[in-house]
Amino acid sequence: MNLIMAPILVPAVVAALTVLRISRNTRLGRYLSIGATVLTLASALALFAQASGGAIHTYQLGDWPAPFGIVLVLDRLAALMVLLTSLLALAVLAHAVLTGLDRRGWHFHPLFQFQLLGLNGAFLTGDLFNLFVFFEVLLIASYGLLLHGQGAQRLQAGVQYVVVNLVGSILFLIAVGILYGVTGTLNMADMALRIAQAPAGDQPLIRVGAQLLTAVFALKAALLPLHLWLPRAYSSTSAPVAALFAILTKVGVYSILRVTTLVFGAEAGVVAWAPSGWMLPAALLSLLAGFIGVLAARRLRVLAAFGVIGSTGTLLAAVAPFDRASTVAALYYLPHSVLAGALMFLTADLIGRARAEEDDRLVPGRPFAREGQLSLLFLLAAIALAGLPPLSGFVGKLLILSATAVLPAAPWIWAAILLSTFLAMLGLARAGSVLFWKRAGGEASERPRGKAIPTAPAWGVVVLIGLLTALAGPATRYAEATAGQLFAPQAYIAAVLGIERTAP
Amino acid sequence: MSVEFFVASAIGVLMAAGIYLVLRGRTFPVVLGLAMLSYAINAFLFAMGRLAVNSPPIYSADAPGYTDPLPQALVLTAIVISFGMTAFVVVLALRSYLEIGTDHVDGEPERDEAAARRGDDGA
Repeated sequence: MNLIMAPILVPAVVAALTVLRISRNTRLGRYLSIGATVLTLASALALFAQASGGAIHTYQLGDWPAPFGIVLVLDRLAALMVLLTSLLALAVLAHAVLTGLDRRGWHFHPLFQFQLLGLNGAFLTGDLFNLFVFFEVLLIASYGLLLHGQGAQRLQAGVQYVVVNLVGSILFLIAVGILYGVTGTLNMADMALRIAQAPAGDQPLIRVGAQLLTAVFALKAALLPLHLWLPRAYSSTSAPVAALFAILTKVGVYSILRVTTLVFGAEAGVVAWAPSGWMLPAALLSLLAGFIGVLAARRLRVLAAFGVIGSTGTLLAAVAPFDRASTVAALYYLPHSVLAGALMFLTADLIGRARAEEDDRLVPGRPFAREGQLSLLFLLAAIALAGLPPLSGFVGKLLILSATAVLPAAPWIWAAILLSTFLAMLGLARAGSVLFWKRAGGEASERPRGKAIPTAPAWGVVVLIGLLTALAGPATRYAEATAGQLFAPQAYIAAVLGIERTAP
Repeated sequence: MSVEFFVASAIGVLMAAGIYLVLRGRTFPVVLGLAMLSYAINAFLFAMGRLAVNSPPIYSADAPGYTDPLPQALVLTAIVISFGMTAFVVVLALRSYLEIGTDHVDGEPERDEAAARRGDDGA
């Protein structure tokens, strides 16, 4: 039972250890960091096995009873997100260590572990204010990681990114304050009960709180009018960090799913499914804007950043109807979109390293080392990002299309997804042909010494995407069970508030 | 004037000033604006526990009632976080000013406004 603490506790302890002098930027620090990530992955696997049984496990911090103390909740969705984070973290950390990124500045490993701490905490917590605190932890770590390795470009993007996120945090606090003022509780399960029974006079305030909260999550998820910070921030940071950030936008998606189904769900009266009205148009627009950005990008990393916006838009288009069938599709597409975004960033980094002076700009260059392998990786990343067969993005998009076919908004969703897939194909084909087919000069460019091109972590991500494709059946069944759990929040509420324990 | 009016207008004024300053182009006003906003939020969170005078935040047998202690704990956390973040933004802004040579939030060099106006007039 206490294993629920492990994905939070292990990174926290190791982050503290790696700050110490003896293990800072040394081999010991690397071993500690990798060991911790492996350990977190092991605990995430154990938790995933525990949660897939269908029972909802809770852990009360300090043994304070649920509505008063902070509670950690493990259900299928939380287990899925923690597992995904740990898998991605291992690949990204391996890439960072092999390319020597972690030595290009101070404190890479502590920041990385704090990032994992914040992510895992945000997925596991059952308390709204605690969610805010974990958001802050992961954001503070992400500020540090964004600037890691330095350079003027990163500082330019960094100021914007930090200011936008601080304003987001302030809005989050306003929403939490309003909801606390009206319901008198911060525990999400307890809040769900109180909102279901709220008097009519409180409904407008709850509605304001709900919309504001969702807007904050939409900002984190880079939904259309709130996406402008993302391309610059993600494309100017180092690629492994950007690959890890692929899951940061999904924290927003996770929070939208969690809070809307649990707190503002079917029983919430006037606020039931409050954000569903505006979220679908916003999702479709950001889907299109993302892939138009892919078409227009002049650097591979910018392309990957717009791909992240586009795939998050696709994901939210499936989330926004708040319909059980489309949520199943969204839950299958979610891991894929994280992995595809990360793979594109890692590939962009490898190509940038191999091409030396052209870096990852989409201009014809000289032939470079390991061209065959890198072109294969790029092809796979492009297929994954665009959602073409045979990889899991195609399965996910098919699931989304078939699940949304019965909705009144179906023509819009279909048109947006199909058109954006076409745009993505065009953009990616153009990028690939410029990178690998057009040639500027005759001689092969000499790879700079000391700049290794380790492709193993990227291939690891490819294997994960392959697994998601091969295991589409079990994965869909898991997604179905997860959606079932999300759309019947009574079990969650009962598990958190211990109603089962006191009732008999 | 009631306490409620005073607190509400204080939050409103801080919030308005904060929003105005955050929308400025240079980092120093933006940092000040963020600080203003976080003050407004702290007061707002505090007020969310209802404004009660002369009642202790912990239960005691002699007191007629008690105020909600939770918002105070929340404000404490929020103050610590916003304080740390303000310090971080100040350092970041200073560093980017020194490295890029402009204190514009976008990191773009400031256009010479007089020259821009002259250009507009000419066109």
